[in-house]
This record gives sequence, C-alpha cells and structure tokens, in this order.
Amino acid sequence: MHPQSHSAKRLITGFILALALTLIPFAIVWTMAFPVELTFGIIALCALVQVGVHLHYFLGIDSRTPIENVLAICFAGVLIFLMVGGTLWIMFDLYERMM
Amino acid sequence: MSTYSPKTTGSPGPTEETLDIRDLGFWLYLMTDAIIFSLLFATYVVMFQNTATGPLPIDVFDIKHVFAETMFLLFSSVTFGFASLASVREHKSQAVFWLIVTIVLGLGFISLEVIEFIGMIESGAGPQTSGFLTAFFTLVGTHGAHVSLGMIGIMVMIFQILIKGLTSPVKSRLHRLGMFWHFLDIVWIGIFSIVYMPGWLI
Amino acid sequence: MLGRLGFDSLPFYSAIAFGGASITVLGGLAVFLLVTYFGKWRYFWDEWLTSLDHKRIGIMYIALALVMLVRGFVDALMMRSQQAIALNNDGYLAPEHFDQVFSSHGTIMIFFMAMPFLTGLINIVVPQQLGARDVAFPFMNSISLWLTAAGAALVMVSLVIGKFSTAGWTGYPPYSGAEYSPGVGVDYWIWALLVSGVGSTMTGINFVVTIIKCRAPKMRLMQMPLFTWTTLCTSLLMAFAFPALTVVAAMLGLDRILGFHFFTNDAGGNMMNYANLIWIWGHPEVYILILPAFGVFSEVTATFSQKRLFGYRSLVYATAVITILSFTVWLHHFFTMGSSPNVNAVFGIATMIIAVPTGVKIFDWVFTMYKGRIIFHPAMLFTIGFLITFVLGGVSGVLLAIPPADFLMHNSTFLVAHFHNVLIPGAVFGYFAGFQYWFPKATGFTLDRAWGVRSFWFWIIGFYLAFMPLYALGFMGMSRRMERYEMAEWQPFLILAAVGALSVLIGIFCQGMQLYVSIRDREKNKDITGDPYNARTLEWQTSSPPAEYNFAKVPDVQDIDAFWDMKQRGVAYAPAREYEDIHLPRNTGIGVFLGGLGFLVGFAVTWYIWWLVALGFLGVLACLITRSSQDHTYEIIPAAEIEAHEKARIKALEAHKPTPGDFWS
Repeated sequence: MHPQSHSAKRLITGFILALALTLIPFAIVWTMAFPVELTFGIIALCALVQVGVHLHYFLGIDSRTPIENVLAICFAGVLIFLMVGGTLWIMFDLYERMM
Repeated sequence: MSTYSPKTTGSPGPTEETLDIRDLGFWLYLMTDAIIFSLLFATYVVMFQNTATGPLPIDVFDIKHVFAETMFLLFSSVTFGFASLASVREHKSQAVFWLIVTIVLGLGFISLEVIEFIGMIESGAGPQTSGFLTAFFTLVGTHGAHVSLGMIGIMVMIFQILIKGLTSPVKSRLHRLGMFWHFLDIVWIGIFSIVYMPGWLI
Repeated sequence: MLGRLGFDSLPFYSAIAFGGASITVLGGLAVFLLVTYFGKWRYFWDEWLTSLDHKRIGIMYIALALVMLVRGFVDALMMRSQQAIALNNDGYLAPEHFDQVFSSHGTIMIFFMAMPFLTGLINIVVPQQLGARDVAFPFMNSISLWLTAAGAALVMVSLVIGKFSTAGWTGYPPYSGAEYSPGVGVDYWIWALLVSGVGSTMTGINFVVTIIKCRAPKMRLMQMPLFTWTTLCTSLLMAFAFPALTVVAAMLGLDRILGFHFFTNDAGGNMMNYANLIWIWGHPEVYILILPAFGVFSEVTATFSQKRLFGYRSLVYATAVITILSFTVWLHHFFTMGSSPNVNAVFGIATMIIAVPTGVKIFDWVFTMYKGRIIFHPAMLFTIGFLITFVLGGVSGVLLAIPPADFLMHNSTFLVAHFHNVLIPGAVFGYFAGFQYWFPKATGFTLDRAWGVRSFWFWIIGFYLAFMPLYALGFMGMSRRMERYEMAEWQPFLILAAVGALSVLIGIFCQGMQLYVSIRDREKNKDITGDPYNARTLEWQTSSPPAEYNFAKVPDVQDIDAFWDMKQRGVAYAPAREYEDIHLPRNTGIGVFLGGLGFLVGFAVTWYIWWLVALGFLGVLACLITRSSQDHTYEIIPAAEIEAHEKARIKALEAHKPTPGDFWS
C-alpha cells in the first residue's frame, strides 16, 4: 500500500516464492507423481499460499496496511466463502437429487 | 430555491489526502471485481462436467501452453513492481522502461491466450459447444479482457509520465494501476489451479 | 446498418401500446420545448447536469425516482384494472402486453424508482450528517447518476421502439433465453440492469469510502447518525452484491447474443444456476432497499418524538447483523426448485433468524416514541404507518420461510402480497418520510403539511385495500401474473384490490398537489434557520439549502446527537475565528457523456447495431482516458468569500431570532 513498503529485495523475494509455488503444482501435475487426491491437496495449498505471497510481497499488505483495507479484504473473503460455498452446495445437491 | 454559489478562483489538483482516499476506493473496487471472478469460478465448477457432445477438459487444455502464459504473467507482475519502485524513487526513464517491459510481457500473455482460443474454436471446441466451454471461455476471457484493459492503462500511464513527469497524481495513478495488475495475477493463480490443473487430472 | 431495427419496431400494432408510446414521446417533447422556450438549457447544463455537488446530484436522483414512480404506478393500475374485469374474458390487455406490464412494473419499481430514491436521499443527507464538504468521489457520483438515468431511459425507450421483456422482473431462463424470447424485450431488460448496475456498484464504493474517510475528524464510528450507519451497510451491500447481478445478466446476454450455454435447455446449460446467481444479488438487494428506510425512520422517530433515539447501539448492531445475514438466505426464493431437506432447512432457519434483528429495531423505534412528545408531521405518520404495517409483512415472511408452507404459497398472490407488504411500508414509506423530512434542507422551504397528511392516508388505506385481498386470494389458490381467470369467487377481491390502487392514485395526486402548493408558497414557507424541526443531527446545522461547501468550518462533534449537543452548549451557530479556503471539485460534463454512451451501447446491443456498440465503447474509453489525464479538477472558494457569506447568514439568523424548531410551535 505504502511507497515505503516497496523495495527491490521484497519484490525479488516475492518473485522467487511465487515462482516456486507455481513450479511445484505444474511439476506434480506434469509428472503425475502422486495420487490424484494428494495432488489436488498440494495444488490447493500452493495456490492459497501463493495468493498470500502476492498479497504481501506485491500488493504490500502487512501490519502497516490501513485497517480499512484489511477489513475490506476480510469482508470480501467472507462473502466469497458464502457465495461460492453456497453455490456449490446448492448446485451439487441438486445434481445429486437428479441422478 | 437559491443555493449560494460562491465565486471561485484557481484550479488546483487533488491534495495528498484525496489521493490516499482514492487508494481505498480502488481497493474496494478490486474487492467487487474479486466477487465477479469468484462467481465465474463457481459457475465454472458447477458446469465443467457439462461437456454435452463436446470435448472434455483434458482434450483441449495444453499444459505447456498454460505454463508459458503463467510465466509471462508472473514476470510482468515483477516488472510492474520495478516500475512502481522506480516511480517512488523518481527515476522517470527507468519507470518508463519497466512499464514497456511489462506491456511486452502482457502482450506475450494475451497472444498466447488468443492463439489458444482460436485453436480451440477451430477444432470445434468454441464456447457454443457445451456448458463447460461456455463457462471456460467466459471466465478465462474475462480475465484476458481485464489484462488487455490493464495494458491500455499502462500505455496511458507511459504517456502521462513522459508528458507530465512523475507528479504526485501521476504516481498515485500508477500505484493504483499496479494494484490492478497484481490483482489480475492473483486471479490467474485461481485459473490455473481451479480450471486447468483439475482439467488434466480428471 | 441498423441491425434488427426497422419501421415495424414502432408500436402501431395496438392502440394501448401506441397510447403509451405517444404519452412518453409527448412528455419528453414537452419538457424539451418548455426548457427551450424559457431558454434554460444553459442553466440546466451548467448548474445541474454537469454538477458534481452531492446535493444537486441527490435532487436529480429523486426527480428521476418520482418520474419513474408514476410510470411504474401506471403499470400497477393497468394490472389491477385488467384483473378486476378479466373474469372469463380477455379484459383490455392482450396476454403478451400484460406480461410486459408486470415485467416493467417490477423492473422500474426496484431499479429505477427505489434505487434512485434511496441513492438521492443518501446523496443529499449523508455528507452533511458526517460534517463533510463532499463525497469521496464526486465525479464518480455523477457517473453513477447518469448511468442510472441511462438504464431508466432504456426502459422508457422500449415503450416507443420495440417491446419490453415479458419474462418478469427476474427474467428466469430458459423462457428469457433466445429460443423462447427471440425479440428485443429481454435485451432491453438486460442492458438496463447492466448499465444501471454498474452505477449502483460505484455508488456503493463511493459512500463506503465517504463514510470511512470523510467524517468530521472528531466523529467516531459509534457517534454517526443512524441514517449514516444504515447507509454504510447499504453501500457495502451495493458494492458487494451488485457484481452478482452484473455477472448473471451478462451471462444471460451471452446466451442470447452469442449462443452460449449457461442457462439453455440443451448442450449442458443449467438454468437452475441462474436462479441461484440472481438471488445471490436479489436477497441483499431487498436489504439495500430497506436499510436506508430504516435509517430514515430512526432519524424521524427521534426528531418528532423529541427524544434521543432509544437503543442506538442495538440499532447499529442489528443493522450490521442484517448486512451479513442478508447474504445467507437467498435460497428461500427458490425452495421449490427441489433442493434436499437439509439445504432448504438451513436457508429457512437463516431466514427466520434475520427477522430477529429487524424485530429489535421495531422495539427500538417504539421505545423511542414511548413517553416522547410526538409531533405528527407527515414524515412521522409514514413512520407509524410503517411500524404497524411492516410487522404484518414481516410475519407473513416468516411464514414463507418455512419450506413446506412455501411449497403451497410459492408464486401465489400470497407471495405478491407479502413482498409488497414489506417493500411498500418498509422501503417506499421510508423514502416518503425522508422526502417530507429533508425537503426543506434540500430546497430551502418546507412542504405543505395538509396535503402531506392527505397523501399519507390515501396511501396507507390504498395499500391495505390493494394487498390484503391478495393474501386471501393466495389462500384461495390464485397464481400471480394471471391476465384472465375463471373463478368467479376471486373477482370481488380483485375489484377491492383495484379500488385500493385507485386510493393510492389519489395519494400520488396529493403528493403532486403538495409539491405544487409548496412551491407556489415557497416564500411564505421559507426555512430561514436551516433547522425547522429542532432536530438533532448535523445536517440541520447547515443553511437551507446548504452552501456549496456545506460547512464553513468543520463541526466539533462530541455526541451521537452532535447538533443537539451543540445547541445545548450554545455553540451551534458560533462563527469561526477565521475562515480558510475551501477546495471543491469543478463541474464536468464527462459524467453526462458517459451516461449517454451507456445508453447508446445498451440500445445498440439490443438492436444488434454492432458498429454503434464499438463506437460507444471507444467513446467510453476516450472519456475515461481524458478524465484520468486531468489534474486540475478542483477550484478554490476564497476564505473572504466564505466569511462574507457566513456573516450574512448569522445576521439573518439574529434578525429572525430563531427559536429552534419554531416552524412547529
């Protein structure tokens, strides 16, 4: 958020982390090294961590970020959980009942 | 009714405080855009099995292609970061340089995506083929449209930096455009993790 | 060249459609000629259309809302009269026309009456309640206004060129898909929603930021007036729920225009997801409409009971709880779609829970009135009418929240009665109360009391007559949206409902008279103090109408009822020691252009005029780039100018010897 949170070091750290978190899922999908369930788990974990990496290192979210911005992202997170979770629950429940 | 309309003078720009307020507004806009994308994601997950008579995800997704797209976008995120850094440090020519690099990377991403789309449509896997492809093209296409808009924004900012210099309104606009660009990279993480990878696995 | 637009798009096929088109065209023409005759175009353009002043934008919103209220009400009258006579005969409306009428009634009342009305009230009042000089994003405010107007214009144009949707205000596919509704109606509907929906999202963002960032420095969140609190929650809902509408409307548009398969019968489409997505927006929308009205009721009750609001904290918490819970109940709009009992039960229970904070609010308002010295201003009458009537609507809602009961009453007139029973008292009466209450603040003169009282009585009696019979008809098995029927025992109820609609018509006439009489006598009814009701919140500290900058000095807030507290301390009208320059945004026409382009794009897509669509988007891009390259968008009001004006005001106040609230003594 704040200019002072920009630094080349921070950017490069973020880049390396993001690169690693991208390479891992691509590699395991490419090689099919693990069973499907585990692969899904790793993909989901890498994606979540990478979202966090981007937020922190690229978008500059940290303890100095104004509270409004953090609240906004939390509010959006709750709503996304409700909307997406609700949609999937409702629609897959309907699929099941139509089988 | 007679509202008091005073005589005015001068034409100043926005104050630092106004620029600070704009950051919060833009941040909220990004959150609403996140809602749009998450509903497109949800719809994709609801519909990805509805392949009707069309191809399955595994038939149309190419892992190398997607990897290249991912790299273009990730590198462009970093180069935009360098551009922001240069603008904070008042290095005008460096900022312009990194923005041009970002545009080139963005163009690489968009060209790959267009090639992918055209290939799919020509092989009979266009968005009119099945519910799965409808949802796929809409989600990925919406992201692509955002990236294209972001590139237009970068071009506008290059001109503004060259003409106006790194004034505080220009820097503040560049900062917000950077937020937009990084946000699109986050959406792309979702796209390769939720759309492409499960497509290869199932 | 002109896509599907041709001579046969004009409404020469039916006398009634032609009549509607003629009235629309003649009305528009009359306004145009009058403004030209009086040579006021320059004035309108400079002072109003291009204005970024939140108060003027608010007034324009409300003007739009009132025009659309009349249009939407004409639709209601047509439906009521058709159903009153259509026992075993076709009545006077052809089925297709009747379907257009109920579709446009719902669309207009929600999007182009209620939304602009509440946005207008928020615009006029909230910055003043905050002690702010403007909203956070004045230019974006102007874009929101003009996009809303563009959406309304699309609906109005559908009367003259082509036809409107017959798919109801929610436009469920597959009926609204290209296969079953090939005409332009649904496209008009989609683009009216898309264009105005973007405006609403921006309004939401604008007011969240305004309230968070632009408060008077000493005002804590828990000192904000209740209307500001409900605005904060409504704005959050607008910002975060409207994207869902954008998504679902765009998807339907893609299905129709490009042959996609989101909601089609074949090729793996899933129309149930449409119901899911539109109600993700649709239920929060109900609270978007109703929360600002709750805020109005809170202000009005406190002012006219001449007491501090009872249970301020509980009202704030209740509002916040409603905001979150409103995102957890959307499935109750489609219990009958066939979800498993678990799903239905969860959403049913959530629906019942959301009634609890609403109940808390009702008690708070009643306790505010308890032992108060109540003044029966028309705004207070609408509030009391709301309290009694809304409880009935709420209770019928809790009944509908029980899935098995809903299975019986779904899509019956019981449902129609229920949602009118919450939205008319809950939202519309609230807007009317706000209109009566803040009119002097916006214009500088008070509204005529007698015509206001009359309009209240005709409205509330008309409401009961029009909608109580529909509850009974629902139990008797009548479906909604029937243009004819064979059950003779329904007819007396339907005639009664039509009589109710006539009573509402008289109510609207009284409102028109009230405006006319008040404007005629405006010199006599001048609000010199700026505080005609001896009120409690900061918007009454400014003059009526407020100066462009609202407050010459930033108010010193020390209490929930900040202005009341200042009056007690005797500092309400104290002059500043020294005045400073004030920065305000300069007027710009770009908002108007963007609205015009939004209309053009919507119209062109509806009629498949693709070159015009491309041109429209290019225009939008050009406007945005131009604006984003402008740095000097502000102007300065010099301190000396302000000082002179404020001193004149203080002098006028002294000459007038204001006893606060003397208007009512």
